[in-house]
Amino acid sequence: MSFDASSARGDLILTRITKEYGDFKAVDDLSLTIPKGSFFALLGPSGCGKTTTLRMIAGLEEPTVGSIHLGETDITTTKPYQRPINTVFQNYALFPHLTIFENIAFGLRRRGVKDVDAEVNKVLNLVELPHLAGRKPTQLSGGQQQRIALARAIVNRPALLLLDEPLGALDLKLRRQMQIELKWIQKEVGLTFVHVTHDQEEAMTMADTIAVMNEGQIEQMGSPADLYDNPETAFVANFLGQSNLIKGTISGNDGDSLVADLYGQKISLPKNRSHATDNSIYAGIRPEKFRISLLNTPVSGNVLSGGRIEDVSYIGVSTQYQVAMPWGQELIVFEQNDDGVAPFNKGDAVNISWAPIFTFALRGDEDVTAGSEVIPEVLDEE
Amino acid sequence: MGKIRTPYLLLLPGFGFLFTFFILPILNLAQTSTQTPVGGGDTGQYEQTFRFQNYIDAFIENKEQFARSFIYAIIATVLALIISYPLAYAIAFKSGKYKNFLLVLVVAPFFTSFLLRTVAWKQILGEEGFVVPTLRSLGIISQSTTLTSTSFAVVMGMTYNFLPFMTLPLYASIDRIDPRTLEASGDLYANAFTTFRKVTLPLSMPGVVAGTLLTFIPAAGDYVNASILGSPNTKMIGNVIESRYFKIVDYPTAAALSFTLMAAILILVTIYIRKAGTEELV
Amino acid sequence: MSKKSVDAAIPTIPLTARFQRWFGRNLIRAYMVIAFTYLFIPVAYTFAFSFNDSGKSNLIWKGFTFRNWQNPCGAPEVCSALGNSIKIGFLATFFATILGTMIAFAIGRHKFKGRSTSNLLIFLPMATPEIVLGASLLSLFLVFKINPGFWPTVIAHVMFCISFVVVTVKARIASLDPRLEQAAMDLYANEFQTFRRVTLPLVAPGIAGAALLAFSLSFDDFIITNFNSGTVSTFPKFVYTAAARGIPAQANVIGSGMFFLALAIVIAGQLVNRRKAR
Repeated sequence: MSFDASSARGDLILTRITKEYGDFKAVDDLSLTIPKGSFFALLGPSGCGKTTTLRMIAGLEEPTVGSIHLGETDITTTKPYQRPINTVFQNYALFPHLTIFENIAFGLRRRGVKDVDAEVNKVLNLVELPHLAGRKPTQLSGGQQQRIALARAIVNRPALLLLDEPLGALDLKLRRQMQIELKWIQKEVGLTFVHVTHDQEEAMTMADTIAVMNEGQIEQMGSPADLYDNPETAFVANFLGQSNLIKGTISGNDGDSLVADLYGQKISLPKNRSHATDNSIYAGIRPEKFRISLLNTPVSGNVLSGGRIEDVSYIGVSTQYQVAMPWGQELIVFEQNDDGVAPFNKGDAVNISWAPIFTFALRGDEDVTAGSEVIPEVLDEE
Repeated sequence: MGKIRTPYLLLLPGFGFLFTFFILPILNLAQTSTQTPVGGGDTGQYEQTFRFQNYIDAFIENKEQFARSFIYAIIATVLALIISYPLAYAIAFKSGKYKNFLLVLVVAPFFTSFLLRTVAWKQILGEEGFVVPTLRSLGIISQSTTLTSTSFAVVMGMTYNFLPFMTLPLYASIDRIDPRTLEASGDLYANAFTTFRKVTLPLSMPGVVAGTLLTFIPAAGDYVNASILGSPNTKMIGNVIESRYFKIVDYPTAAALSFTLMAAILILVTIYIRKAGTEELV
Repeated sequence: MSKKSVDAAIPTIPLTARFQRWFGRNLIRAYMVIAFTYLFIPVAYTFAFSFNDSGKSNLIWKGFTFRNWQNPCGAPEVCSALGNSIKIGFLATFFATILGTMIAFAIGRHKFKGRSTSNLLIFLPMATPEIVLGASLLSLFLVFKINPGFWPTVIAHVMFCISFVVVTVKARIASLDPRLEQAAMDLYANEFQTFRRVTLPLVAPGIAGAALLAFSLSFDDFIITNFNSGTVSTFPKFVYTAAARGIPAQANVIGSGMFFLALAIVIAGQLVNRRKAR
């Protein structure tokens, strides 16, 4: 049932996609709509199914069940070369036996485009590498290969551009630079980008919308701010940035807020940031929202008292403190060093305070370690 | 990629060819080995009698040649290993930018015809060559010893001719060893000899196994070296089989001998592979 | 704080250690010189005697001459034998390369039932002694009343070369990054176009190498040829039968010529590779 879908356009809609390899479900009943023109990120740890999902969109794998639509066209069973979708591969996959020019022209030639020169030169200028047209891929640096791989995909003006961890092999400075450039190119050319990555900072920097994936399913989808400030599961809370998760119970409500009891200390949190299904919760606060103060200093907002500083790590921009609380948990606090060197020392007795609106609440039966461990390397999803 | 039928279609011509011209002939050979000459018929006429006694007869009559073939082949293989290993090692680790050049140099002599090389050795080791008179004048050998038409010459010829079959697999295997594992061994208090014994040698075993097999198997069945460099006293089983086909026409015996040779090689090789413990050969 | 330490003398390496290093390094070098000399002795001898002013029998050095090189076909049977070897070589290489490459793609690319049996079948001819291969094929030909000759020899050569082609091409296929073909399909190339524009060009060096290997195996073959060629003469056969009465110097010329030609091809191949990588 293959046909040429190359004129299909519109939003990408995945409906109840499952991909099974024998007993193993790489993608489990996943549904997703990627709006046309957006920069969309699929974020998750190794083995979560994000690359498999990407490959199904590209047509390099077929879903076991479910359907994929581009606009109104059902492209589930079409071949990769019949879809108006192009991929930037993780290791770039540039054709070693062709020049850079021919690499970029490859897709155009297969589609029978007449004036290849103009298009190729235009896109070479876009990635600022016009002087490399006659070279071979092995003669280029990693960063240059990455940009050529991007050019090779973009020149075809696909309805959807897929990027499979394209910045993984680059060093930090180059990666940061490419993140900004990719974002700029996406806006400039107006294509829909779907970016797969395990680096949450990268996803948050570049994407309009992020879908966090874990074990074949989407945990939460939304804008970077939504996901960061208002995570719905422990996995999301721990995978994006860091979180302090403190066990407690909801003891009452007060207008727009809920009152919660954490080991005998009372705090308040906004109702719209609570995802609890009953009274038992984990209260979540990001480390940078905490303020440390010595015992006789006046504080406002939510307060947790009885802490003692166990560790101080000076990181230049900020100082990271580990504070032991009376119930045995160690909380992490990031303090900006905006008024000089860290004022607190190991062993100090302190209070922790924060503005109540920065609290979120997760269900009490969540696994607090989800998303925070280093997951052992899973075999390549392909 | 590709439909389910594609691999079978691709295999069909090649395997069809191999079946017709490799499997079938071997089966035919098996069938010939149990035949006997037709009583009162012409030479070359046989009938199928399932005479397995052929095997026993052939073996007993030629056990000397069988033994000699295997002894020569084993000695040649061992010698080739001793000569090749340091060479392969030196090229893999100690040759810097000349690596590829040296590899070509190892294979280059074998671009001349195998026959020409062997005949050259015959003449070099013969009375008119430079080796024998030199050795005689140095008193290393007596005036009456000759080097050609001896088992020494045959084994030497075999060793020489099968060297690349030993060197190349050895080199391929040794080259794959990460030199940092050798450095790690030194870092962990092993001296050069121990490093060789405990790290280099085990890691190069696949190459050793491949090389010895690629050398021993053809060597056991060879008869050209024995023909050119040897004498009637150095006849190998290959010589016998050849003569049973062309001189004394006796196809059943020749067939029986061929199968016995194959079986013996297979048994030895299987035992060897089990002991050496490698599985991947091709 | 000064950069140099002023008073400490530069420590010298003890004599024994220096000697050990020198010895180790030069031992290897000495061994390699000896080994390569040993390898080249017969080649040098053959080359030298190609200049021998010898007439029919090339056993004793008579005098230096270029005559043999100027007239390599002077001795009557040499060139016809050479011609046959080359013809058989080309034909055998052609068929063995095609059949073998097809098998290599089937085994190297697809998972199918009988894959390991196929691998075994490819391995068997390489593990069978040449004398058995040659004799069994001759027996088969005799059963079907086909006389040994030119075409039976070609068939025999194709038979034993296929396995080597398969192994060589399979190795090259295995080193191919599957993502390159996925990238091609992603860029609108269908299966046939992908094969033609990406797979084949990248596997081509392996196929070329396999063809070269097949040709040299065929050209140099004696035992299997001896059984299946009947009255047709090939170069190795000629040398074998001429060995008793004396090999004409022209044979040495041909042998040396093949040596230099092969060397040139290999070196040219290496240089091409090096330029491609740059």
